[in-house]
Amino acid sequence: MSDAETPPETEFDPVAPNTGEEFEPVDVFPDSDDFDLRPGADSCFKCSTCDTNCPVAEVDDDFPGPKFQGPEQWRLKQSDDDHEIDDSVMDCSNCMRCDNACPSGVPLSQMHNTARGEYVSEQMDKLSVEYIRNRILANYRTSAFFASKVPRLANFAMNFGPARWVMEKTLGVTSERDFPEFAKQTFREWWADRGGQVKSRENAKAARKRRGLPEDADKKVAYFHGCYSNYNTPEVGKAMVRVYEEFGYEVVAPEQKCSGTPMFANGMLDDARRHAETNVSSMSELVDEGYHAIASCTSCSMALRQEYPELFDIDGIDKVAENTFEAVEYLRIHEDLKGEVQAADVDGDLAEEFAYHAPCHSRNQGLDRQAVELFRDLDGAEVEDVGDSCSGISGTYGWKEEKYEKSMEIGEEMFEHMEHAEGETGMTECPTCAMQMEHGSGYEIRHPLELLEAALVE
Amino acid sequence: MAIESEVLVIGGGLGGLTSALAAAREGADVRLVSYKQSTLRQASGLVDVLGYTPDGDGPLTDPYEAIPSLPEAHPYRKVGVQTVRDALSLFDDAVPTYEGEHTDTNALLPTHGGSIKPTARYPAGASAGLASDTRDTLLVGIEEMVDFDAPHVAAHLDATGVPFDVRGETIRFPGDLRADAKVTRYAKLLDTNSEVAVRGRMVPAREALAQRVNPLLEDEERVGFPAILGDDNPGAIRDALGDHLGVDVFEVPMGPPSLPGLRLEDALFSALDEAGASIETGNPVVDFDGEDRIEKVFIEKNGAKIPNSADQYVLATGGFVGKGVESDREGVYEPVFDCHIPHAADRYDWFEGELFGDHEFARYGVATDDDLRPLDASEHSEFENLRAAGSVLGGYDFAAEKSGSGVSIATGYAAGQRAAQEAR
Repeated sequence: MSDAETPPETEFDPVAPNTGEEFEPVDVFPDSDDFDLRPGADSCFKCSTCDTNCPVAEVDDDFPGPKFQGPEQWRLKQSDDDHEIDDSVMDCSNCMRCDNACPSGVPLSQMHNTARGEYVSEQMDKLSVEYIRNRILANYRTSAFFASKVPRLANFAMNFGPARWVMEKTLGVTSERDFPEFAKQTFREWWADRGGQVKSRENAKAARKRRGLPEDADKKVAYFHGCYSNYNTPEVGKAMVRVYEEFGYEVVAPEQKCSGTPMFANGMLDDARRHAETNVSSMSELVDEGYHAIASCTSCSMALRQEYPELFDIDGIDKVAENTFEAVEYLRIHEDLKGEVQAADVDGDLAEEFAYHAPCHSRNQGLDRQAVELFRDLDGAEVEDVGDSCSGISGTYGWKEEKYEKSMEIGEEMFEHMEHAEGETGMTECPTCAMQMEHGSGYEIRHPLELLEAALVE
Repeated sequence: MAIESEVLVIGGGLGGLTSALAAAREGADVRLVSYKQSTLRQASGLVDVLGYTPDGDGPLTDPYEAIPSLPEAHPYRKVGVQTVRDALSLFDDAVPTYEGEHTDTNALLPTHGGSIKPTARYPAGASAGLASDTRDTLLVGIEEMVDFDAPHVAAHLDATGVPFDVRGETIRFPGDLRADAKVTRYAKLLDTNSEVAVRGRMVPAREALAQRVNPLLEDEERVGFPAILGDDNPGAIRDALGDHLGVDVFEVPMGPPSLPGLRLEDALFSALDEAGASIETGNPVVDFDGEDRIEKVFIEKNGAKIPNSADQYVLATGGFVGKGVESDREGVYEPVFDCHIPHAADRYDWFEGELFGDHEFARYGVATDDDLRPLDASEHSEFENLRAAGSVLGGYDFAAEKSGSGVSIATGYAAGQRAAQEAR
């Protein structure tokens, strides 16, 4: 029985601590650099809503689901020092949908990332094919960096049948998928050729004048283009720059590395941290100068906003998280984007009907309906949502030979909806979702920024 | 600048969804924001209006007849019987897969605990299971699903005096599923009718499930399963099982996470999408600007505060469970706008000693005027452009009365419609 019925009669008043001057507080838990996940684990009341959001648990009978991977495994570890992380944590695709599901605010993906990092650093054999393969996949930026030096050769070699057969047999990288093409000119090469920041300042000033804004208006953003729009789809980066300049923003493209997304998903937290340090350092300096960080990839913005502060303690990290936005989201907040889109029309090769898929990583950021709602009133183009399922590729997950079939099974619902949609061009913000959409439907896939550019930029 | 709309609804449960839908159908530019996914995933999917009076009399035959005698502070009294009816019509129109609109009389539905629940609307999938139906019934449980012990449920139902014979059997779900397979795993298998291994042979899941049940069927004319029969195609799955078994098939609504709740969530969100509303989930509203009028609210995303402004606002953030009402040792409060919540000063008066006693806290929530505007401690409206709907309202105990869904739908409808009318 609680004290509810008969409150104990005592002099002790818990409202005011009557500890006296000799009281010395004692640390009950020893100092630790780890993030304290206890409040999160304690908040879980096991409603299992997270499990109903897990695209992997829906098709994979070996995967115990996010509730186990997160709060339950965390509790097991606290009560038993010898408890090892269950290897099923490697089957989580890091879609992070469970975060958006939890009514109690349990930081599920933070728990998964932490557990996976511990599993990889302490339990995984560093000489195993799986480890080597995962490390190569996670460090896509490194491969892309070299490939972009010789894009034609790389495009040929990466999709050369016998080479892919060898890659599947020795490394476990599925040969079912085509590697994305490397651009002949990277975004950064284009940016430098074009005149970089100086050119952008000129363009922004001209646009402000056109719009009747004060010429010295404080409109400046730092573009986090990420690896994919740099090496593979520079047209997305160019669209970002042109759209922002059109609204009178001066753009800078600071030094940056991989956001870390593929590294989190593979538990390579040391690699991720190295890259994060560079990104946080260059972005936090710019934030101090009044810039906001803008990403065109929803996984990159997710990493800077959520995963960085959840996993690393780097100087300036919270400031960067607070000041990072997705490219279209930022314009929705600061400009009358809806009004301008309503007044615009599109012709040319983007006057299309698009089958739009919302990336899982856009969900926690509240951006999953942004494109569909924004383009509702645009003349000349239609954007149709192909449903709320996961595309199934989840970055590197669908590239793994042993996960390929699960990945396609998860994607099946999206493929079906794409087929039923009016359009035969796809649209999404996420580069790897785009790969999966193209792989399953054969459609060409575009980014919302490209449509915005077609609608708003002369 | 801010993200703008005419009406901003805060909360994605039944109250918020109905409110946004009513406002959008009234022609307003509506935006709905919700901290997380809808709490409908934790709801049974049954839509109650009023099952019992506040004094515990019931089950009531006609909920509408009882509304005028409810206490004056009850949300139903604020909006009136006709609004409750109109709101239910909006629901019926938006969710055509529900039944019960043909009558004012409460339907009696068996629950997964083996009790009988009076309810006003129920999913089509539950309709062959009505307790007023006299056909003999077989309940089939899945060995791995401990939430539904069919023989136990059957015994409980029998003890309530139902007008039919009921029996429970337990089977293993066909295929090599893990012991703690998620409801979505069963649903996906049945939705796609994927093949599962049965004694070395591959059989489509629906057929395999029917084969497990067939030998257990005696002369029952209907078979009830826990609510796992598909997410996207529940009707087709029930029909397929019914054809194989030669009986009517129904689902018994389950506790969280609930597929009927999930399907209801999908239906309401797509109705809202069709009505042209904008929807954002994932982050909480934490703050606002304004004195007598709310100018804008702020959504927090990892430290950034994103301004959202509107002419009219609806507060549909839920009660204690949905975190629209919070409490600590000092008192009870509403966390977004700090609306006044009438409550006893001494926290020992908030509850009774008995677990199922008549707890005062169950009725805690904002008090409103007849226009659903929250009132401050001196009974003046807190903000001229804020209305409240759903479980954030005080003055009723939805768990005891079985009135939760009905109050959310009725007050959501009223708040949304009035907000839209005033936004012009």
